[in-house]
Amino acid sequence: MKTWHLTTPIEDADIDDIRIGDIVYLEGTLVTCRDVAHRRLVEEHRPLPVDVAKKAILHAGPIIRDLGNDQYEMVAVGPTTSMRMEKFEEEFIKQTGVKLIVGKGGMGPGTEAGCKKYHALHLVYPAGNAVFAATKVEKIVDAQWKDLGMPETLWVCKVKDYGPLIVSIDTQGNNLFEQKKVEYNRRKEEEIAIINKEVKFIK
Amino acid sequence: MVVKYQYAEPTFSAKGTQMRDILANYIAVVSRRLPDDVTSKLKELAKVEVDPLQELIYDTMKENQLLAEKMKRPSCQDTGALQFFVKVGAKFPLLAELNDILKSAVYRATKEAPLRHNAVETFDEYNTGLNIGNGIPSVFVDLDGDSDRCEMYVYMAGGGCTLPGEAMVLMPGQGYEGVVRFVMDRMTSYGINACPPLLVGVGVATSVETAAMNSKLALMRRVDSVSPNANAAKLEHLLEDGINNIGLGPQGVGGRKSVMGVNVVNTARHPSTIGVAVSTGCWSHRRGLINFDADLNYDLPYNKGVEL
Ligand code: SF4
Repeated sequence: MKTWHLTTPIEDADIDDIRIGDIVYLEGTLVTCRDVAHRRLVEEHRPLPVDVAKKAILHAGPIIRDLGNDQYEMVAVGPTTSMRMEKFEEEFIKQTGVKLIVGKGGMGPGTEAGCKKYHALHLVYPAGNAVFAATKVEKIVDAQWKDLGMPETLWVCKVKDYGPLIVSIDTQGNNLFEQKKVEYNRRKEEEIAIINKEVKFIK
Repeated sequence: MVVKYQYAEPTFSAKGTQMRDILANYIAVVSRRLPDDVTSKLKELAKVEVDPLQELIYDTMKENQLLAEKMKRPSCQDTGALQFFVKVGAKFPLLAELNDILKSAVYRATKEAPLRHNAVETFDEYNTGLNIGNGIPSVFVDLDGDSDRCEMYVYMAGGGCTLPGEAMVLMPGQGYEGVVRFVMDRMTSYGINACPPLLVGVGVATSVETAAMNSKLALMRRVDSVSPNANAAKLEHLLEDGINNIGLGPQGVGGRKSVMGVNVVNTARHPSTIGVAVSTGCWSHRRGLINFDADLNYDLPYNKGVEL
């Protein structure tokens, strides 16, 4: 487990040596971007109203306090399940040039391919720690697609020391959660065999 | 044209207003402070997970909960869809107002806490922006004879953990081995994404909806509680060890443990069926319990030292 500090804009060379299981802390621009925003870009061919090239996106729906005059405060922000975006992510990386995709849980073969081809990483922030993360957001500098409501709006955040982020897919296409799942399933079968000897309650 | 969800707060009796305000405050507390049993279990698990990555995650969790308390903010951004499991007697003086009180309490707490807007009307597909809607909050009532008391669990049901539960009806030939398979398979699929360490609620009954309700009630019990039925308690124990040995670790990144606990709630079945359901609570298991008497004196058994 190595620890890395990245600052946007992120170049390919900055992340090519980072491997699954490493820890990253981020400084710079992080944009919340989830289900409908992915669908709009990939399926409806609407250009993303925020430039995320060489930057980071976060699969998240935060709690925001509206301070009036287009000023907002980040109250709590944590990731949502990344797998829901799997269907769109390879194309999303290709079209936008995003470098870090932050979310919760693993992603699949499309994202692996996208990370490998276009030099990007998928990382997970330990979900549920939303106040800790909010204190790493220095400012919300822009909000786009507000018609989608608080959870789905693209909130453009300036962050510092944002992390810990655990690398789940690296630029070689290695996938932490897929590797783990093989282990988990093997152990599960062993455990089921043990338990089943003890639960013959219907006689 | 879509008719949007409208909400106007009803006028309550003086006592009704008082109960609504108590509940609105309590919901805000539940959003930022984990129940005592969960907090102490997490502390215990943190001691077991000593590798650097796992330790880092547990440290972050601890720090987050301290910050949430200090800054008076919801500790996780997914403040869920509110669910209330209520046991109330026919003589409880606010029985007639109860449904309206609960909705109004969520409406108020949403502004004050603040909670995330998590109510999307189906088919018309818009967010009400109020965190309440048709059927949200969900209220499940169990009538308790002619008692004058009202006991209720308050639960923030998250979109990544407990809301995507699953239920199925097995054939008796599949036996409890089928129940075990059903639970264990959920652990390596959606359990990984449900923010382990988990509280696993297992319902065994006769159909999908009875099993599902039992699995939810199982999540309302303390993490260390034990089923009063000897065989169900045995299954709790076996599943707890078995799931722990899968080694999901915090956030599913691997580790020595996977769960805070496994609770089974069971009711009778038809001879032809075994209903089984799984609901998972995440590490940030925000459930509360508040017990009112007829004068609205209340106690909070899950939150020692908290005053509203
Ligand atoms: S599973 Fe729980 S801790 Fe994780 S994001 Fe959802 S509500 Fe928060």
